Amino acid sequence: MTLKIIVPVKHVPDATGDRCFADDHTTDREAVDGLLSELDEYAVEQALQLAESTDDAEVVALTVGPDDAVDALRRALAMGAHRAVHVSDEAIHGSDALATSAILAKAIEHVGYDLIVCGMASTDGAMGVIPALLAERLAVPQVTLLAELALDGGTLTGRREADHATERLRAGLPALVSVTDQSGEARYPTFKGIMAAKKKPVESLDLDDLGLTGDQLGLAGARTTVRTITAQPPRQAGTLIEDDGEGAKQLAAFLAERKFL
Amino acid sequence: MGDVLVLIDHNDGRIRKPSLELLTLAGRLGTPAAVVLGGDDPEALAVQAHEYGAATVYVAEAPEIADHLVVPKVDALAQIAGEANPAAVLLTSSGEGKEIAARLALRLDGGLITDAVDVLSGDDGPEAVQSVFAGSYAVVSTVVHGTPVIAVKANAVTPEPVPTAGRTEQVTVAFSALATSVKVVSRTPRASEGRPDLAEAAIVVSGGRGVGGQEGFAVVEELADALGAAVGASRAAVDAGWYPHSQQVGQTGRQVSPQLYVAAGISGAIQHRAGMQTSKTIVAVNKDPEAPIFGLADYGVVGDLFDVLPKLSEYARAD
Repeated sequence: MTLKIIVPVKHVPDATGDRCFADDHTTDREAVDGLLSELDEYAVEQALQLAESTDDAEVVALTVGPDDAVDALRRALAMGAHRAVHVSDEAIHGSDALATSAILAKAIEHVGYDLIVCGMASTDGAMGVIPALLAERLAVPQVTLLAELALDGGTLTGRREADHATERLRAGLPALVSVTDQSGEARYPTFKGIMAAKKKPVESLDLDDLGLTGDQLGLAGARTTVRTITAQPPRQAGTLIEDDGEGAKQLAAFLAERKFL
Repeated sequence: MGDVLVLIDHNDGRIRKPSLELLTLAGRLGTPAAVVLGGDDPEALAVQAHEYGAATVYVAEAPEIADHLVVPKVDALAQIAGEANPAAVLLTSSGEGKEIAARLALRLDGGLITDAVDVLSGDDGPEAVQSVFAGSYAVVSTVVHGTPVIAVKANAVTPEPVPTAGRTEQVTVAFSALATSVKVVSRTPRASEGRPDLAEAAIVVSGGRGVGGQEGFAVVEELADALGAAVGASRAAVDAGWYPHSQQVGQTGRQVSPQLYVAAGISGAIQHRAGMQTSKTIVAVNKDPEAPIFGLADYGVVGDLFDVLPKLSEYARAD
């Protein structure tokens, strides 16, 4: 039996660019070049490692997003994923996290799976809720925020770095996991991997293919609405001094003035 | 105005400060009602919740809550919310808090907002303020369909005691089939070393690449202790193995918003800024006058942190 692993990934604007909003209050995906969300690279890495330690496994990268989002899939394929699925539809534009999870869940069911491996959050919206939403929709165990994971037969174990404690978790397959940036460095695609990725299949799906209608999706179906967006004035640099032996004394005086000392 | 449910995060029979903040925020939106799940001493937690304004305290105790991940808490909250029909549900915007919030929003067929830095009462229900794209925009959002489920970051507000006579209601939760699907085999609380929790601390002193090694963090810890502060670390310092990941400040670590943030030997990469940019006062010590951290510091010292920090600790202790 082939172990089927799906990795949902996101194409996000590069955080080193000047990210901004479009007129309809959605993230502007034109202004700044996009790339595979860095935190999803850790998910691809862990999926590939699990696949490599199994006799027969397939890793499928999945994304929901406009045409350019295929770049994120290509990156995952170049790292070593076997094939990819791209869900794209005009009606998806402006979907909130709840609606996005509905689309992803349908696509995941369409592909079929034993294990879903997510990143801990995207680097743009950064809500970090898609893994929990998918587990709820698919009714599978949610084994999330793992810094370490292992699969032994049908049993998954992992170390979760929770808010105030370290937790050791155990669950059976099928299951959904999310991994943190502590799970292990993501591999860099090799030239061979990049060339091979161009020939790997990318399946394109729209909402019809998934049996979804647009009315619960997109901006119109969103459960939340943005009232205002205000650009924050960048923090102003304050006093900068060179330490000539008196630096600590001057800093202490500043802290005393602000009542911290 | 209706009830506003607050999921109480607690430790050792005490409500954690971010949950007290939520009770204060709930008071702006309606009548605060606390939900206490598990815990050694729910009575003590209920008393404390009443002190901070909770008119009703729902208490559910069951082994499932501690022994299994996330879902038992979602089951309990969904059941309580189903009966109380609240105007909103507030949770802390922690890893677990956001996961519970997300699943709850789906169950209640409501709307979800996470990472709020403030919540205000508006004409169309709660208005949540978020700071996005590493602090470059403030976004105000509302929920337009169903119950608003809002996860709020620590330090959004100062908790205010509002002693309230109220009632406590014991709840027997009917757990779902998935409640026991993920077993928590063990749970090891992180040693706090007697310092305040990073997310809750009024002052944070952080070290980065410039600290140079594990032993270098001694001067960072010394200053933190002199100021009564928590210790943080940049991703570079954590990746190098100099300091535990639990103390990492940044986009993929903890996001802090203290009164004072001291950055020592931290260049100020966007990854780090995303986790500390909303601090009220920022000071930085770095050898490199071009370090981006100086661009957002209220006070910067170009110098060797191993000279500056120990002297600053002396001034702090002499105070």
